[in-house]
Amino acid sequence: MLTTIVSWTVSVIMLLTSAGLLLSRDWRIQLGLLAVQYLGVFWLVQLHWPLAMAATKLITGWMVTAILGITYNEIQGQVREVEENWQQGHAFRIFAVSIVSVIALAITPQIPQFLPGIGLQEVTSSLILIGIGILHLGITTQYFRVILSLLTVLAGFETIYAAIEGSVLVAALLTGTALGLALVGSYILIAPNWNKTE
Amino acid sequence: MNAIFLWIIIPVLAAGLTLLINRQQHIVIIGGIVSAILALTAAFIPVDLALRFGPFSYKITSSLQILGRSLTLGQEDQTGLGIIYGLLAFWFFGSGVAQVSRRLVPFGLVITSLLVASFAVDPFLYAALLIEMAVLLSIPLLVPFGKPVSRGVIRFLIYQTLAMPFILFAGWLLPGVEASPGDLALAIQSTIMLSLGFAFLFSVFPLYSWIPMLSEDNHPYIVSFILWILPTIAMLFVLGFLDRYSWLRNSETIPQALRIAGLIMVVTGGIWAAFQNHLGRMLGYAAIVETGFYLLALSLLPETGVEIAFRLTIPRALTMAIWALSLSVLQSKAGSLNLLHLKGIARSYPVATIGLTLAQLSAAGFPLTAGFPFRLVLLEKLSTQSLTTIFWILIGIFGLLAGAIRTMTNLSTTTENIPWQLNEDIYQTVLIGVGILTLFALGLFPQIVHPFFRYLPVAFEHLGH
Repeated sequence: MLTTIVSWTVSVIMLLTSAGLLLSRDWRIQLGLLAVQYLGVFWLVQLHWPLAMAATKLITGWMVTAILGITYNEIQGQVREVEENWQQGHAFRIFAVSIVSVIALAITPQIPQFLPGIGLQEVTSSLILIGIGILHLGITTQYFRVILSLLTVLAGFETIYAAIEGSVLVAALLTGTALGLALVGSYILIAPNWNKTE
Repeated sequence: MNAIFLWIIIPVLAAGLTLLINRQQHIVIIGGIVSAILALTAAFIPVDLALRFGPFSYKITSSLQILGRSLTLGQEDQTGLGIIYGLLAFWFFGSGVAQVSRRLVPFGLVITSLLVASFAVDPFLYAALLIEMAVLLSIPLLVPFGKPVSRGVIRFLIYQTLAMPFILFAGWLLPGVEASPGDLALAIQSTIMLSLGFAFLFSVFPLYSWIPMLSEDNHPYIVSFILWILPTIAMLFVLGFLDRYSWLRNSETIPQALRIAGLIMVVTGGIWAAFQNHLGRMLGYAAIVETGFYLLALSLLPETGVEIAFRLTIPRALTMAIWALSLSVLQSKAGSLNLLHLKGIARSYPVATIGLTLAQLSAAGFPLTAGFPFRLVLLEKLSTQSLTTIFWILIGIFGLLAGAIRTMTNLSTTTENIPWQLNEDIYQTVLIGVGILTLFALGLFPQIVHPFFRYLPVAFEHLGH
């Protein structure tokens, strides 16, 4: 019972963090939200995986956050600290998040029919992360946001995939993918400004 | 010796070695020779078969266990390995001329290793993850330090990353469909997942918008490499799916879907290529057309599709490599690949112009060039099924041909009286010259690639026969 309550709370947190990533304009807040998001992923994954293996999600997620944070810290002054142009369309984004959430909630009950053993909380969280991640990808062209969105989509996918696949190799490869994505994000933030930072 | 060590780990070690070397020529030689040796080994030394050299006995074992799963490269994989490493050697030797060997050789070796690992891993489904890692490694290859990141690169990253979850889900659903073929809902769900995954991976219309963007803003040789290796591995991956699941293989809808997707790519790619003023973008559209031909070949499964699809890989790689090599030479001179900037350049760079024009003609499947024989076989097979398909394919081909004629006209026409002279250096002349000869050789004697296909019948348990 307690696990169920905590899991639903985590689902709400996932909604708030992914929506926060979309709405926030400060990179520090965005990375904070990403770290919390990975904490949620860890909780939902440990419902299906052994704790030690599920912990890799948390460690990877926080490493991803650290990589992006260190990169942004390095290139301070060359990129905007706070995105001025992102303040417009707040209402539209909140509306879009609401639509995605409603769709996710509507689809949720059907998923466990062909993914036996998975709980509604994992499905809801996963669909919300994937949906809002794709929404975020659709409305941004900024590299940093693209990476955050892809990480959000992958986090959603990892949450649902953990319920059906428990292979160590898959866990390792998914970890490699998330870390690789963060490193690529770092690279595309740094590479254009390389001469300036030197 | 283990096959995994030989064809996956050695290239990674060689990549590490090339990172430590400063001289471009040495990097090219190491990368090229390692790839050529690996290709020859794949072509002529069978895995899991003891060979005697005097008193010594030698055997390449096929499997290696990693994290509880096995990686296996058997005799059935040797056709693919031979082709991939053989063509990789060609790409690496050309990278010196294109001045990109410092990036292409180390990254190319690691990307190829990951992609080879993708068809060695068991369950094969995990290949999607390894392909994604190769995509991630392609980003530093495409974006050099100090250069802005193009929109094409970001779109490439997004689309290729989105392919992975769909394919993994589809792979999880497919055994269920195999076990209960009457479950229509499950079949539809898995088909949708699989289609979306491969649409992203193959960049099927309309998901190919990143290709012309990428080829306009990035180095043509590197883009061309990416546009060769990723669809080729994706094709092997599709064949793996079709070989394993009988309901996919025997489905009537899948060949139709593949044919329609391939046809749309050939037609749209060909028509757009005809109207491009940027030769890099034209190359991008030609790559789209080539991928369309892969899909059309796959639509002929289970009869002759595998053989044709495999045989299309060699002309594709050669054509794109020579096209990109010639573009690299012209770009280093003119600074831009816009046709307006290249007017009359044929008089000062005749070898690169001839290489470019012939590569374009080969991409259009012009007689006597490498693109012709296997394209002809494909059209012949398709014509027995639908003449309408042939009509539309010809429209796409005429688009490419029109692009080639426009290029030839623009590059050779000038109002000034510029004397003809050879400004390419000896290395550029020799490499493009060898490429041109190879294009003709493959066009006239297509059977010369036959040794690479000796293991093809065992490559796929159900499709290869």
